[in-house]
Amino acid sequence: MTALCWREISLRKSGRLILAGVSLAVARGELLGIVGPNGAGKTALLRCAAGLERGATGVVELAGVPLTRLAPHQRAQGMAFLPQQAETAWPITVSAAVALGRLPHAGRCPEADRRAVAWALDAVGMTSWAERPITTLSGGERALVMLARVLAVEAPVLLLDEPSAALDPQHQLATMELLCRLAQAGLAVCIVLHDLALAARFCQRIVLLQAGRVVADGTPEATLTDDHLQQVYAIRGIRHPIDGAHRLVAWERLPPSSGQAAAG
Amino acid sequence: MKGTRLGETKRLPGGSGGDYPPRWGPGAKPLVGLGAKPPRATTKTKVTHYYPELTLGLSLLILAALSLSIGASRLTVWDLLSNDPSQQTLAATIIGEIRLPRTLLAVLTGGSLGLSGAVLQGLLRNPLADPGVIGISATASLGAVLAFYFGLWSVAAGGICGGLLAALLLVTLAGRHASTLTLLLAGVALSSFAVALTALALNLAPSPLAAYEILFWLLGSVADRAWEQVGTAAPFILLGWLLLLRTGRGLSALALGEDVAQTLGIDLRRLRLTAVVGTALCVGASVAVTGSIGFVGLVVPHLLRPLVRHDAHRLLGVSTLGGAVLLLAADLAVRLAAVGQELKLGVATALVGAPFFLWQLLRMRGTP
Repeated sequence: MTALCWREISLRKSGRLILAGVSLAVARGELLGIVGPNGAGKTALLRCAAGLERGATGVVELAGVPLTRLAPHQRAQGMAFLPQQAETAWPITVSAAVALGRLPHAGRCPEADRRAVAWALDAVGMTSWAERPITTLSGGERALVMLARVLAVEAPVLLLDEPSAALDPQHQLATMELLCRLAQAGLAVCIVLHDLALAARFCQRIVLLQAGRVVADGTPEATLTDDHLQQVYAIRGIRHPIDGAHRLVAWERLPPSSGQAAAG
Repeated sequence: MKGTRLGETKRLPGGSGGDYPPRWGPGAKPLVGLGAKPPRATTKTKVTHYYPELTLGLSLLILAALSLSIGASRLTVWDLLSNDPSQQTLAATIIGEIRLPRTLLAVLTGGSLGLSGAVLQGLLRNPLADPGVIGISATASLGAVLAFYFGLWSVAAGGICGGLLAALLLVTLAGRHASTLTLLLAGVALSSFAVALTALALNLAPSPLAAYEILFWLLGSVADRAWEQVGTAAPFILLGWLLLLRTGRGLSALALGEDVAQTLGIDLRRLRLTAVVGTALCVGASVAVTGSIGFVGLVVPHLLRPLVRHDAHRLLGVSTLGGAVLLLAADLAVRLAAVGQELKLGVATALVGAPFFLWQLLRMRGTP
């Protein structure tokens, strides 16, 4: 069942083509990793899905309904978006920040709101920090709170832009395990990742972007091949089979291939 | 919306059949097994305390009673209940015709300034924002001055028109997809332009007396105002309040940035429009009858924000009350301290407010 679908999405910003007709579909129960070099259009792809890029052409469908035909609160209930940068204007408490994730539900059921906030805080292990002002937290702790805010929406589609970038290895693994479980529970989870090792290990499906185009789409084994790594990143990875699964470490730089020179 | 319910998340088809959130239910394991931070032994149920609202509301009532009881003649609100009919009539006249309009205007103006300051600070996510910064006060002053200068219509209508014109200009200048920064910059430009035009009007004033009168009015005061001015301003002020008090949810969401607010279902364009038009209505109308009174819109939300735990939504009501309390208190102080020429309210608020604000900033130096 398709939860979210990009149809021929193109985006041009100040003359530069960011996305060139990307079409993708994500089903419920899927954990989709979006990878690619800097400036490949990963963030733009998520922002288009969240309805934040007004200049984009093409159609984004949420559960089969075009985004433009949904009211703001329907969109907000249908998907939750985690931006790359955590922004906090005022030193509100951690629990107040997470509770903002309940805004799309308009306070119709305070008991459900309370439960969702408590669950989200617990899921990221921040329950004991609930009454702390958010500005007193470290970058990684703040990132966990922002993730909890996204979880508190209880949306069927999660769009996460580098949820693990600010985290230590322990929390990176914990976050990815959490997202895996959410996907298993039936959510459609789209994550932008830079860490190929995490992507290869946890995502069932990986989309490799380069210069606004989808280069490869499929299982980690099929997408993160030596050829693709060389073509897109100009790197060589080393692989080590552990428990019979795909394990990948980005290892060394290669001279840029002709394919990348043409695309760049 | 055929067959799909976007909000439906508890049991999702197509998954592995688990509950979402999966943590619930007996025997469920924690999703993130992090032992690093021990959970608190007791879970506190959150209770919202209404102490700031209560305290400010009571202060407002007490100050209003004082404001009605203090003046040139030694009459108090109790004289309204006097057994002597002549005394009662006198009290009704003086309190009803002189002191009540003044008190009401102080409450309406203070509330407008406090509320619009809270809304603009929340909207622009900047503690320095207030109606003065985005140019509404300056353009409303200009409108009132021009109406006075050319003898057109009433001064109050001029101020309201000035405020609305500023709002229209801001919305147009800032464009359809403009960011908050654009709005702020447009406001600063508009403010400078309006101040320059007001100065020009003073410069070209036909007689020194007219210039003096304009200048004096610009200083801001609620003295000697009658029901006529209250009647002109109050409908616009109350309409502005209605608009501004509707922005609370959006302002709360903006604490996490514009992108997050938008993905939480907040229509930012509508929010900006509501905030700017609401501010124009209530500040424009206030400025038109009282002249420009600075500092209230800046100081009140800033001081009250920690008391409501930085909740932008709750700050709106509290700031309205706080602004009214501050202006009533300032007006009382001005009346009690009157020696010869009465001090202007706008002068008094800045005179006391600015050093107090600086002191607060010094005290909070180093803390977020």
